[in-house]
Amino acid sequence: MTTLEEVQTRVHVPLVQPRLPRQAPAVVGVIAVAFGALLLVLGLGIVGAVILGAVAYLIALPVWSLVIEGRRGATDRLMTGLIWTSFGIAVVPLVSLIWRVVSKGAGRIDGTFLSYSFFKTQIDQPVGVYHAIIGTLLVTLGAAIISVPVGVMAAIYLIEYGKGNKLAKAITFLVDVMTGIPSIVAGLFAFALFTLIFGPAYVSGVGGSVALSLLMIPIVVRATEEMLMLVPDDLREASYALGTPKWKTIVRIVLPTALGGILTGITLATSRVIGETAPLLLIAGATDRTNMNVFDGAMTTLPVLIYGQNLRGDAPAEAIAWGAAFILIVIVMVLNLAARIVGKIFAPKKG
Amino acid sequence: MTAPAAEAEEASANWARARAGVGDRIFAGSALAAGLTILAALAGVFIFLAIKGASGFTKPAEVYGPHAESFLGYVLPLLVGTFTASVIALIIAVPLSFGIALVISHYAPRWIAAPVAYVIDLLAAVPSVVYGLWGAFFLANKLVPMHVWLHDHIGPIPIIGNLFGEPNPAGRSVLTAGIVLAIMILPIITAITREVFSRTPRLHEEAALALGATRWEMVRMTVFPYARSGMVSAVMLGLGRALGETMAVTMVLSVGFDLSWNIIATSSPTSIAANIALKYKERSADLLNVLVATGLVLFLMTFLVNFLARWIVGRSERRMAR
Repeated sequence: MTTLEEVQTRVHVPLVQPRLPRQAPAVVGVIAVAFGALLLVLGLGIVGAVILGAVAYLIALPVWSLVIEGRRGATDRLMTGLIWTSFGIAVVPLVSLIWRVVSKGAGRIDGTFLSYSFFKTQIDQPVGVYHAIIGTLLVTLGAAIISVPVGVMAAIYLIEYGKGNKLAKAITFLVDVMTGIPSIVAGLFAFALFTLIFGPAYVSGVGGSVALSLLMIPIVVRATEEMLMLVPDDLREASYALGTPKWKTIVRIVLPTALGGILTGITLATSRVIGETAPLLLIAGATDRTNMNVFDGAMTTLPVLIYGQNLRGDAPAEAIAWGAAFILIVIVMVLNLAARIVGKIFAPKKG
Repeated sequence: MTAPAAEAEEASANWARARAGVGDRIFAGSALAAGLTILAALAGVFIFLAIKGASGFTKPAEVYGPHAESFLGYVLPLLVGTFTASVIALIIAVPLSFGIALVISHYAPRWIAAPVAYVIDLLAAVPSVVYGLWGAFFLANKLVPMHVWLHDHIGPIPIIGNLFGEPNPAGRSVLTAGIVLAIMILPIITAITREVFSRTPRLHEEAALALGATRWEMVRMTVFPYARSGMVSAVMLGLGRALGETMAVTMVLSVGFDLSWNIIATSSPTSIAANIALKYKERSADLLNVLVATGLVLFLMTFLVNFLARWIVGRSERRMAR
């Protein structure tokens, strides 16, 4: 008889751990939001209400879970909450920044802002950032002219010629390290190089281009490398089988296949360097006039102009800075969008 | 087949091969040249900074300005400033980035993960000067109450309280600069950790879940061990970025020379990069040499950090390949 009793008590062990109902997170979430709203009504600031609401959620759900599901379940609920919260925290500055730039900058944009420079020929002439837009475009164009051939050819060497040899490995590694060069060091390099050659007071747009290309080349190499690796070897071998020399295979078969990705990479690299400030501060200088000659004289770019206006710090300068920031952000976003579209258009046709 | 015809055919074949050979050699040569250009550029950075900055290490005392007498005395506060801001940035950015990377790789359903990844990429696309502008004109003001609160509530606590001394009335402290830096390095850390997290073998994850692990236990037991070296190198790459970032610190921080533990102080030492951006305008030849010398120090420091980071990644990739 004793054995039967034992069996009966053993049978009582549950096979499934108790779980919170599926809607539990939603229910606690609603309560937390209500709690936050209550605090808001009671006169706490919006920031405080949101923070305390989130904290309430992060405490309430794990505690409930601890009671029903035990320690492991509670830890899981807590970490899930924290992980999602981290994403929420990261979005806040982005939204705040973009809202700030748009609300403060968009109003400043008009025809005169885009078509006048800082250089006044009459006392009451309006000012604009035309000179900085031209400067940005020329300096970045110069950087692209230097970086694209070097970057693409270097990637071709790494993938098509040097596959696996020591030199290629060293270059790949150093390109990776090079992506971490601080932008101000690139500026110092261009500054040291050009002042050693042309004398101490030298400033020019092309110096800025050299500095930017130092930052741009590694990005272009990495993007091109990755795309060339995706080109199937069958294509290359088919071309060789027809008697095509290697260089022609690369130019006519490999590059067109990878073109979409390469162009995307170049566009993204451009959008990365177009917002660089520090190197241009050192070597491209700043001026009020529109300068079309990249080889001579200071050249203002949008980021440098924003920095300069920030230093002045009065109200009209601040308005100009936000306006210029708005233009810069629009340029960067358009480039990013263009990169995606270009990638779609030139993607190798299937079938 | 007659002899002349065979000869002609051979000649034409030779000619074709010869022509292709020339094309190949030119193309291969220029590809190699491009590769070597990159090596030369990297060596050039070091050489030109060394040439221009060598004399900056041993100038007469008055060049180093009112606050220092030797190069060491000049660069030490700057190093402290650089590392303080970077460490604050890392402390904030690393947990957030790992969380976001997990959201993208494991927690969010696919239709949320893609937009989330895109939003984080947008953070990376915003130019640094715009972050600086936002930090200086907007964030610094908003953080003033936090500065006061930290000073009032944590300041009296011994040891930790030293970090929160007299607050900057405008919020332009190392703490604020570190927060802006954190936002700027968040995308790079997220991008790399997300990559290594998503490479965790599916079988490991499913095995953990099948043994009854909760989702967090699965992440802790299968994803983190597998991704450890990737996470370490992501943090180091973030550190490299933070050490060299110029504009955020230049525009946000109010500069001074007080070496203290107070991270919300009115005058804290600035970073090397920001110091160069602030001082280059004086354009006195002696000071410029000193600035280039500090730039060389920064370059070697970031080079070392990045080198280590990449080395760790490379080593773990080799181990996985085996």
